[in-house]
Amino acid sequence: MISTNPSLHKEKKSRNDLNEMLQETSALTWRLFIQLIRRPSTLFAGILQPLIWLLLFAALFSKAPVDFLPGGSSYGEFLGAGLIVFTAFSGALNAGLPLMFDREFGFLNRLLVAPLSSRSSIVISSVIYITSISLLQSFAIMVTSALLGYGWPSLGGFFLIAITLLLLVFAITGLSLGLAFVLPGHIELIAIIFIANLPVLFASTALAPISFMPEWLGWIASINPLTFAIEPIRMAYHNSVNLNAVLINAPYGEVNGYTCLVILLILTVGLFFLIRPLLNRKLA
Amino acid sequence: MFFIHLRDLFKSYGPVRALDGLNLTVPRGSLYGLLGPNGAGKSTALRIICTLLAPDSGRVEVGGCDVLLEEKETRRRLGYVAQDVAIDKILTGRELLQLQGDLYHLDNKYKRKRIEELIQRLDMHEWIDRRCGSFSGGMKRRLDLASGLLHEPELLILDEPTVGLDIESRSVIWGLLKELRNNETTILLSSHYLEEVDELADEMAIIDKGKVIASGKPDDLKKELGGDRVTLRVREFSDEVEAESVRKLIKNINGVSNVVVNQKQGYSLNFLVQNNDVISNLSGHLSKENFEVFALSHSRPSLDDVYLQATGKTLMDAELELAGKRDFKLENKKSMR
Repeated sequence: MISTNPSLHKEKKSRNDLNEMLQETSALTWRLFIQLIRRPSTLFAGILQPLIWLLLFAALFSKAPVDFLPGGSSYGEFLGAGLIVFTAFSGALNAGLPLMFDREFGFLNRLLVAPLSSRSSIVISSVIYITSISLLQSFAIMVTSALLGYGWPSLGGFFLIAITLLLLVFAITGLSLGLAFVLPGHIELIAIIFIANLPVLFASTALAPISFMPEWLGWIASINPLTFAIEPIRMAYHNSVNLNAVLINAPYGEVNGYTCLVILLILTVGLFFLIRPLLNRKLA
Repeated sequence: MFFIHLRDLFKSYGPVRALDGLNLTVPRGSLYGLLGPNGAGKSTALRIICTLLAPDSGRVEVGGCDVLLEEKETRRRLGYVAQDVAIDKILTGRELLQLQGDLYHLDNKYKRKRIEELIQRLDMHEWIDRRCGSFSGGMKRRLDLASGLLHEPELLILDEPTVGLDIESRSVIWGLLKELRNNETTILLSSHYLEEVDELADEMAIIDKGKVIASGKPDDLKKELGGDRVTLRVREFSDEVEAESVRKLIKNINGVSNVVVNQKQGYSLNFLVQNNDVISNLSGHLSKENFEVFALSHSRPSLDDVYLQATGKTLMDAELELAGKRDFKLENKKSMR
């Protein structure tokens, strides 16, 4: 006999809100990982694309003079940091897609009808998932880069890379989730991802230093968030970690490692406050 | 004792008024049917009760909770089976139920026991461990129903639960709904299938253009019509003037009531007769005024007759009329958060 049990609801009331939030967040996160395990193509594509770039671009400039780049590094070594950041950036930019599909196919309504302890669980699960994937993809690029002889960071450098990537991924994931609620459908979201992805990469110091760029592009590159993530990582690869060191010789002045991280932190917090009212409204 | 109470609900989507002062009272422990054509406002009303939509104005109570103020408590009490089945194609049926259990904060032991119970009851054991993407419409609907029932809700809301289903799935779902009703679960069901509401509902309301135009027990509503339903055509293709002349003639016959001209069916006349003698004498009355009987049918009143009486058109005609006017793009947009 299928039954209903009103006393069940009274029992449930006594449960801790935090436990409930943990239960729903972990279930929603696990759902995203099941999707990934059963459809791993996006994970591999996210690793393959920057890997191909690493192989081709490094080969393209392999015969460049030793003092071609600042610091005397090879182009492969120079490129590694840019591609690690690009990998994390691309992954985070796609964060809104699963949520957009849930909106379009009505699955989000299933979540919104449930008595979630906090509807932030929906956003938090997406952030946990995308952050894990982006870090995993970036790590794969780091390992490949090391195997190609382009170096491996020290423990301190590794820590700096992790912090930098986390800040960038949180910021871009927030932006992408915000877009997933604002835009009418996945076509529009994919269009924005396509439009943003490569120009943001080219207008950063991922592929070339600011000194190689015309002045107007140098200005853009020196305010591009990717540059503030790339340069600390480049430092983590090539020098000992010294956040007081000048990392960017921007047209508006010199920028050291601390400033890069603070700018990324401001970006993350700023974007969080920008999209919070939107998420509150959409998930109300 | 009511479980759901809607008072003066208004809701518009841009220029389209979906609810126009809807009032509804659903008794506790009853299976209540909402009947009306697509686009009448049934889904909008259900989405408001489920906290998915806020009305422009009005008041909604579920089990003593003010839905607009106590959203979370309302959600705990209800299970919702939406019109468009929203499942994750990559998950298996069992994984979807486990996810649903976690969203309702069920503990693991209880969750496993309840999932097994529902798998057996809804006859899902053969396919529950397959991915949802491979399920037929009937399988998806059964799974969705199991999701809605997992946390043992006091109120189950079903929006068009058997649309497009095979006979077996429909039978399983109807059987379960009857069982739940006998077990005192309050069920609110929307449908545009007359036979579904007739078969299942203890009480019902007919919704047209966002408001209730008739409500009560299905049998009482049919009885209120006062007799058997007759459909008369004096020619194969009559016209408005002729139909109106016949209507004036018939309405004065003793034992005839509720004469309606059905424009959509070639200006046929629908009316009620108190006994068979009235039908026997009908052709005599008509021939005196030079009308003939081209076709005449006679039946026990159905819910369609109740609908016809209230709106002047059949449910099917209302569906067709609204089909041309519906903006599916807007409806799709409104269903997205």
